[in-house]
Amino acid sequence: MDWREKLKKAALQAIDKRATYGSDIDLSKFIDRIEVEKSIDKEVENRALDVGIEISKEKSGTYFQIDHSVLLSKIASSIKGLEITSTDEALSKYEWLKSYYWRCLSVDQDKYTAIAELKQSKGYFIRTEPGVKISQPVQACLFINTSGLLQAPHNIVIAEEESELNIITGCTISSKVSYALHVGITEFYVKRNATVIFTMIHNWGENVCVRPRTGAIIEDGGVLISNYITLNPVRDIQAYPTAYLVGKGAKVKFNSIIYASKDSIIDLGNRILLMGEGCSGESIFKVVATGRAKVYNRGQIIGQNKATKGHLECRGMMLCPTASIIAIPELVAEHSETELSHEAAIGKLQEEQLHYLMSRGIPPEEAIGILVKGFLDPGLPGLPEALKTEIRRRIFEIK
Amino acid sequence: MLLEVQDLHVSVEGKEILKGINLKLDRGEVIAIMGHNASGKTTLANALIGLPQYIINKGKILFEGMDITNKPIYERAKMGIAMAFQSPPSIRGLKLGDMIALAGGINPWKSKNHIEFVMNILDKVNLNYSKYMDRDLNVGFSGGERKRSELAQIFAMRPKLMILDEVDSGVDIDSLRILGDSIREYIENNNCSSIIITHHRHILQYIKPKRLYIMSNGRIVLSGTFEELISKIEALGYEKLIKEVLNYGLEGKTQESSTSSH
Repeated sequence: MDWREKLKKAALQAIDKRATYGSDIDLSKFIDRIEVEKSIDKEVENRALDVGIEISKEKSGTYFQIDHSVLLSKIASSIKGLEITSTDEALSKYEWLKSYYWRCLSVDQDKYTAIAELKQSKGYFIRTEPGVKISQPVQACLFINTSGLLQAPHNIVIAEEESELNIITGCTISSKVSYALHVGITEFYVKRNATVIFTMIHNWGENVCVRPRTGAIIEDGGVLISNYITLNPVRDIQAYPTAYLVGKGAKVKFNSIIYASKDSIIDLGNRILLMGEGCSGESIFKVVATGRAKVYNRGQIIGQNKATKGHLECRGMMLCPTASIIAIPELVAEHSETELSHEAAIGKLQEEQLHYLMSRGIPPEEAIGILVKGFLDPGLPGLPEALKTEIRRRIFEIK
Repeated sequence: MLLEVQDLHVSVEGKEILKGINLKLDRGEVIAIMGHNASGKTTLANALIGLPQYIINKGKILFEGMDITNKPIYERAKMGIAMAFQSPPSIRGLKLGDMIALAGGINPWKSKNHIEFVMNILDKVNLNYSKYMDRDLNVGFSGGERKRSELAQIFAMRPKLMILDEVDSGVDIDSLRILGDSIREYIENNNCSSIIITHHRHILQYIKPKRLYIMSNGRIVLSGTFEELISKIEALGYEKLIKEVLNYGLEGKTQESSTSSH
């Protein structure tokens, strides 16, 4: 049996395995066959723009996948030492890549990892060569065009030693997609002294279920900054990315900015394993909940080595009595010289601030909008100014 | 007449704080309201701008002849009533520059035209544009910076009536001078009326009010010209002065108590 068949066999055995968190999704309701191949037309381009993907603009590189097809996979001619291709192609090109495939995630973790292996539909492979610093963002878009589709891309990001990489991933759907399931697998390998800044913007529909599965291995002096932004209603998202800080002085920072409205169910957590000496990890979660939205913020930091530091933070704003926010932080100290902390504050919009704005002649609706936006305003560290402005603009467009 | 307050009774959380206030203010007129702690000065200010937790049980507020007693806070602001808060809240994520633009009726996220406007306003209160424009509103501001931020915002509103609630508390002598000068300048250049609420006379060295009112226990117990009353306050203190006037002067008729004619 070859290596891939072994993975598929393990996957098959886990195909009915419920995930620890999130509602159970009946996978049989989704299809993996595409009737019509879609090209990048004006509609696709506009929807992509909403998740930060600018096809017409010159970027370091662009990857664009619609349903199961890769429509774009290009690198600017001026950029050297960067590779972008589909994971399928990379796997057939590089024998060594098999040792990365499913290394920081288990294929049999739950039914979603299982289905992602069994029905894998491309995904991006992005790699920087050692010492190459790419400051301009690389953009990747995963787009669903077919109603009822199961989209299961498997992404692998490798930042070789001393390299720097900045990726913006936008996930969205066509306006005519009535329901769909996205199970994106993403594996990060941040090598010695490399830095990866990864920003993911989700704009799924009200009938889309999302089960991303993400793992990261960070080596000596490596840094991963992962920003996650979702501002529009979704049916149901559940994700719990895990970072393994194996190297000395490795760092990870997760920032999440969530505006949960209507009937959205958003269950997000970050697990950080501080394994190497002097590692540090942080997860900052900012959420505004309104409508009947239900938001869980889980977080777990496990300190396993000396001089390690971890911090979990959840800031929630409740705009509506029918919404809910549940913060579940977990700190696990397995070494006497680890320092772990958590901080959570959830409350309604502060009336004092609201009245203050109104006393400047700002009507109540507008004042609430300004406060919500101010609360969510990222100030995300490590992001290029243009992207920060872009995220800010998007936050200010929340209705 | 710009402002007329008639027999105003105000309660907060069910407790009556103001017990019948009468006050008149002409366009361009500056008055000061003084009094000891908890005499009702801030309650009067908050009721005038229309903070919702200040419930008006009786009486009326007229502004430019219009009854605004039941008008919401933001409409009063639009009509030209602005207040510098005694302790303004800090708002993370909202920049001072953007707040000044908003107060001036400009959406800072839709156009870049606000920059010149904000620069101009910050200059009026002697705050450095590049240093303060992007600071989160009041976050980590010193006492003096807070007060100047308040003034900048109300100048941006181009008000007809400025209510300055203890604009001189918690500021050092240099800040006080900047605040005093910028307020005086604004009042003179814009024919703006002002109600200055203060504990002590420091700010009044810079802005001379025409009349001075002394509040005690939710009422105006004394009023008179500034020159006349301020020396008495300094000589006797509020309590003695009030007692003296009540005992030997105009017994019981507190609101109309006056040491000189209007």
